[in-house]
Amino acid sequence: MSVTQDDVVKIAHLARLAIDETEMQGYADKLTQVMDMVEQMNAVDVEGVEMMSHPLNMSQRLREDEVTESNHRDDYQAVSPSVENGLFLVPKVIE
Amino acid sequence: MGWEVVIGLEIHAQLTTKSKIFSGSSIAYGAEPNTQASLVDLAMPGMLPVLNKEAVRKAIKFGLGINAEINTTNVFERKNYFYPDLPQGYQISQNDLPIVGKGHLDIENEKGEIKRIGVTRAHLEQDAGKSLHEDFHGSTGIDLNRAGTPLLEIVSEPDIRSAKEAVAYAKKIHSLVQYLEICDGNMQEGSFRMDANVSIRQPGEPFGTRAEIKNVNSFRFLERAINFEVERQIDVIEMGGEVVQETRLYDADKDETRSMRSKEEANDYRYFPDPDLLPVVIEQGFIDAVRETLPELPDQRRARYIDELGMKEYDAGVITASKELADFFEALLEYSGNEAKLAANWVMGDFSAQLNREETELADSPVTAQMLGQIIKRQADDTISGKGAKDVFFAMWNGEGDDVDALIESKGLKQVTDTGAIEAFVDEVLAANPEQVEQFKGGNEKLMGYFVGQVMKVSKGAANPGMVNQLIKKKLS
Repeated sequence: MSVTQDDVVKIAHLARLAIDETEMQGYADKLTQVMDMVEQMNAVDVEGVEMMSHPLNMSQRLREDEVTESNHRDDYQAVSPSVENGLFLVPKVIE
Repeated sequence: MGWEVVIGLEIHAQLTTKSKIFSGSSIAYGAEPNTQASLVDLAMPGMLPVLNKEAVRKAIKFGLGINAEINTTNVFERKNYFYPDLPQGYQISQNDLPIVGKGHLDIENEKGEIKRIGVTRAHLEQDAGKSLHEDFHGSTGIDLNRAGTPLLEIVSEPDIRSAKEAVAYAKKIHSLVQYLEICDGNMQEGSFRMDANVSIRQPGEPFGTRAEIKNVNSFRFLERAINFEVERQIDVIEMGGEVVQETRLYDADKDETRSMRSKEEANDYRYFPDPDLLPVVIEQGFIDAVRETLPELPDQRRARYIDELGMKEYDAGVITASKELADFFEALLEYSGNEAKLAANWVMGDFSAQLNREETELADSPVTAQMLGQIIKRQADDTISGKGAKDVFFAMWNGEGDDVDALIESKGLKQVTDTGAIEAFVDEVLAANPEQVEQFKGGNEKLMGYFVGQVMKVSKGAANPGMVNQLIKKKLS
């Protein structure tokens, strides 16, 4: 399966990545190679093999329901470019 | 030609845990902005989510409450989209393998029939933060206290056929989550939010294209939003147009739904298993332990009221729909000596009316179950009349005292139940009205009411009306 430049534009947009026009073909070629490898794997007979959602054959540890975090707002907001009244400010989002 | 309406609901219920689904931050409502947002909630690099056991327990409890399959292996996935109140850039949710599989729930529709509505699934996910769009010199303010609050998203089958059925279903879920004590159901605070998928078709045809109405937070608005949307779709189709699949917002002020066209490619969520979270494996023993904690559910409680207390179906339905109201009713039974009928009349009648009139929540009622139970007890043993009971109730509401017997005494509400005393009142009235007595004997039985009224007047309202009735009948027969 070949990945076109249009596909790259779309994927980059979904991931909010800025990709230079000159790099487009390079990405398209590399992603095509990835898809080719997936195609190759598709050919493997996996009949009777249980699907895994994670490479580790373990299950999720559960946490007790306890409040363990305290307020560190000032520390956390110190690295934020813009805050006001305890809120993070971001460019206007219109619903 | 008649259109058939097809509706499916997605309900988001915030789970009443103490901490967030993947972090140890508090989820208490109303805190100062961003004081309950930890490094995990802020999605700082290198942070790892760890699943809250209580959220899992509450989701299982819901599943058992709707007779659903519990998926003993379930998986968290990333639902990718960009929005500033979602710092991760994806919502951790469940897609292919949700914790709760197929279940169902019975509702009563507008024809009074019991109808079974399928629940496709219910899955765990994290809530987003809040965007505040006003007043920040052209910027949007972000509060991430809510980010990471555990949500259970409950998805129905498209089995619902009218706005009224949708409301009945939503109310049933709302009642159920409160009975199960997994969600506080507070709609003003956003603890319980509804999305409706609405489409129309000619009966027998395949489903039409649906529009999704987002974030409705009252049952009244849900009904209005669906009715508006149905009319809109009928107009579109009958004018020769086509319904487009889209997200719409309900504007309560204008009573209309509006297209939300802002998010292009909004539906390209690119779900994939979250590599930060391993599959959740639930032991059968854990499920059994949760099952042990299931309370009596609304349908069971309603059946018990009908079978054991002899209540009317309608009354039992109204009272058990709200756990709080039903608990109050049962407290009344305890304090009144099991006077079910009187207690039901109070709960559905004067008591509820007074709460409404004064815009008071049940929990804030100045008349407690114990106080009202005592009133009912005195009403049942004929110490006071129905009217006297109301007088005591209003006196208590207005803070005149909390001892029923003392109020009956001080207000002179004690009924005269002494036959001799009532007989004297009756004799006095009959003697004073010879003409009416003649007419009554001549067949004008309507005068009974007149006699009773006169006796009540002479006794200053203290005579027991039932006894007055009996005595007049006896004397004039």
